[in-house]
Amino acid sequence: MARHIVASTSEIPPGGNKVVDVAGRDIVVFHVNGEFFALLNRCPHEGAPLEKAACVARLTSPEPGVYERSRVGEMLRCPWHGWEFDMRNGQSWFDPKRFKIRSYPVAVERGEELQKGPYVAETFPVHVEDSYVIVEV
Amino acid sequence: MAVTRIDCDIHPAVGGTRTTLLPYLSDHWKEQVVSRAIDGVDLTSYPPSMPLTGRADWRPANGTKPGSDLAMVQKGAFDQLGASHAILNVLYGAQAVFDSYMAADFCKAINDWIAAEWLSRDPRLRASIVVPMQAPDLAIEEIERRAGDSRFVSILVLAQGETLLGRRHFWPVYQLAEKYELPLAIHAGTQYRQAPSSAGWPSHRYEYYFVEAQAFQAQILSLIYEGVFGKYPNLKVVLMESGVSWLPAFMWRANKTWRGVRVEVPWVEREPAAIIRDNFRVTMQPFDAPGDARSVEEIIDQIGSEKMFLFASDYPHWQFDGDDPIPPHLPKSIIEKMCVDNPLETFPRLSLN
Amino acid sequence: MSDVIDRPLRDDERPAASRLRIVDCDVHPSLHSHDDLNEFLPKRWQQHLKEYGSHLRTPYLFTTPYPRSSPLIARRDAWPPTGGPPGSDLAFMQKQHLDPLDVEFGILQVLDLFIFSQQNLEFGAAIQRAINDWQLAFWSHRDPRLKASILVGQDGVDLAIAEIERCAKTGEYIQINVSPRANEPLGRRRYWPIYERAQALDLPLGIHVGGYGGHAPTGGGWPSYYVEEHQSNAHTIAAQLASLVIEGVPERFPKLKIVFIEGGFGWIPSAVWRMDQHFERFRSEVPHLKRKPSEYVREHFWFTTQPIDEPDEARHLRALIEWVGIDRLLFSSDYPHWDFDDPRFAFKTPLTEAERKKIFSTNARAVYKF
Ligand code: FES
Repeated sequence: MARHIVASTSEIPPGGNKVVDVAGRDIVVFHVNGEFFALLNRCPHEGAPLEKAACVARLTSPEPGVYERSRVGEMLRCPWHGWEFDMRNGQSWFDPKRFKIRSYPVAVERGEELQKGPYVAETFPVHVEDSYVIVEV
Repeated sequence: MAVTRIDCDIHPAVGGTRTTLLPYLSDHWKEQVVSRAIDGVDLTSYPPSMPLTGRADWRPANGTKPGSDLAMVQKGAFDQLGASHAILNVLYGAQAVFDSYMAADFCKAINDWIAAEWLSRDPRLRASIVVPMQAPDLAIEEIERRAGDSRFVSILVLAQGETLLGRRHFWPVYQLAEKYELPLAIHAGTQYRQAPSSAGWPSHRYEYYFVEAQAFQAQILSLIYEGVFGKYPNLKVVLMESGVSWLPAFMWRANKTWRGVRVEVPWVEREPAAIIRDNFRVTMQPFDAPGDARSVEEIIDQIGSEKMFLFASDYPHWQFDGDDPIPPHLPKSIIEKMCVDNPLETFPRLSLN
Repeated sequence: MSDVIDRPLRDDERPAASRLRIVDCDVHPSLHSHDDLNEFLPKRWQQHLKEYGSHLRTPYLFTTPYPRSSPLIARRDAWPPTGGPPGSDLAFMQKQHLDPLDVEFGILQVLDLFIFSQQNLEFGAAIQRAINDWQLAFWSHRDPRLKASILVGQDGVDLAIAEIERCAKTGEYIQINVSPRANEPLGRRRYWPIYERAQALDLPLGIHVGGYGGHAPTGGGWPSYYVEEHQSNAHTIAAQLASLVIEGVPERFPKLKIVFIEGGFGWIPSAVWRMDQHFERFRSEVPHLKRKPSEYVREHFWFTTQPIDEPDEARHLRALIEWVGIDRLLFSSDYPHWDFDDPRFAFKTPLTEAERKKIFSTNARAVYKF
């Protein structure tokens, strides 16, 4: 496992995402509710690009006609067949054990810390005053 | 005593409202049916002379409707086909009547007639309660009226009614069904309120019978997606004369669609197939399978539950020839379960003594 | 489902490297706007379209009765960067779908303007003519991989026949499309003249799900939810199969080929078993049938694969394919709609190379004579 600097935090606005190539993998980094999450950019079902997913609330219901929403924006709804996944761990809503998106640990660190290394970011200019998203792959 | 074998679907025939049912109608409806000749409300689904409606050897010699003669039914369903007990499901047009008060009185008359002239004459018989779903509150009254009589073991409705069965206005019926341990028996048949399929009105009875299997599928989806089993988790639904072999592919498709579109119905938290295996049962005539053992085994494996199957002959409907109502090539383990254990579990009011 | 994709793509799955050479029997092009049709639509009908719009047996003017699960029922990644609705931009369709998936032929299925379901039959016929011309001008002529169908509304049989004759003369269309949801089931004799023409012209009859025939989507009535209504598409197709077979259409038109599109194929075995099972019982009602229903199905009907069924066990999908018969199946993606099937990943059961070839290419090439 190596830690990769993939973006500065300001690059990904809240509710947005960025697709990055890390060690030959298409990874999508989401920014929601003040946190960053990194997932393989392919749905485990038929491979849809998750960067196009709708970011929705976690929806449950105690009885017909009652809609309970939580963790708004933290669930992905696949752009093709609509399977829902938890951004935090990649687990599908309907069968969390069997169907999940590969997810990767993410950290946010200040540029001054990062300059101490070691990180894989040869082509990525790091400024002391900014903070950065780090993905472990 | 012979082996126990519970036939979950046989059909006694009502001669007519001015004959069979007349003594059981209220005074008002007695006068109405006589003075207005309100009779012949036999369901279009089952013309009495159509081959399917009565196997040739189960038709009374005097030309009356197959299933109209108790002695003949006893001979056929018990002696010939080997049942030890049987559940009577009356398919007459009471459920299709537009006037809900007339419907309610016809249903009550049918249930009184069944109790007096069938159940009381043969302790091996049980019956489903015929109810006027046109007016759920009146259906409830009828269920309450029968609840104390344990010979009534289920509630009978048609596969094609005015609206799909999951809709909220029917829920009080299901609340009562759960309370009295009466499964909801959905039987083939239609009120003719809309075309039998989205393709429109077909020319032939054969097509009509074919597409009825789809109406059962629509009812399953409706009951699940409207949230009936969240509200009434112990409710059992029995599909009668629905065909069986469509279940696997139907369940796959239901699961697939639910996975993608479940946000519409977030109260459905389990896969539809799992709910189907828990809450739905199916009678085994007709089975609609190919003739080879391997395919039958494969279908059973795909359905993935041994609990769902209920022995039934569909007497006097012509579903098979000979004396054995059990579809060919069923695994032995299934046969044992479907004849006794499953019916007893499905119809808790059905005690064998 | 055996093949859960949480690994990097294999080389043969990478878009550019995949050399599938597929025939995709269900690709949806879309109008940018109604103005696209102006050059093909007489002034009188342009004005009608503006003033009265569509007249359909459905409650809303500007959307479907059951709200879909995504805007315009499309994949969320299928909106062209140039603007316009999914399926409206040929260059983007080429870049996103036709080129990377190596689509050798794509069969266009136009659903715009509810073309089959217009209550005003003359208006419907004018729109059909315009869209038939538009398919060639905007699509087939610009990308010869894309094949057009002659769209006709079967409830105006005379108008349909005239349009079939007009289009067939060009030699450019590969099938005749009618709707599975119309006034009456497709087997009814009022529609037979269309089948007579299809047979004479040697053009398959294509039937794509959808349309508003005015009948409830299920035999039990109107469902409340899209999750129910979506599943009723397969029911409609099964009912139409039964209607065509039982009315004796293949018996009367022995050379007619019929392709059902977007009905999936899971339901086929049990439908055919059920028809066969009850054939003897109903034989006296249909003496015009000389053979068991299954025999007609195996000779006259083909089925596109999407939306594919996904049993938990791969072997069940395998059994299904064997029951249906590998020769009956034609691959379709439904691009750009939300329930799209990706040819690389949709079949979650192993297929031999020969089987793949049949489903993804040669079956369709034989039916459509490519
Ligand atoms: S590809 Fe994501 S749900 Fe099918």
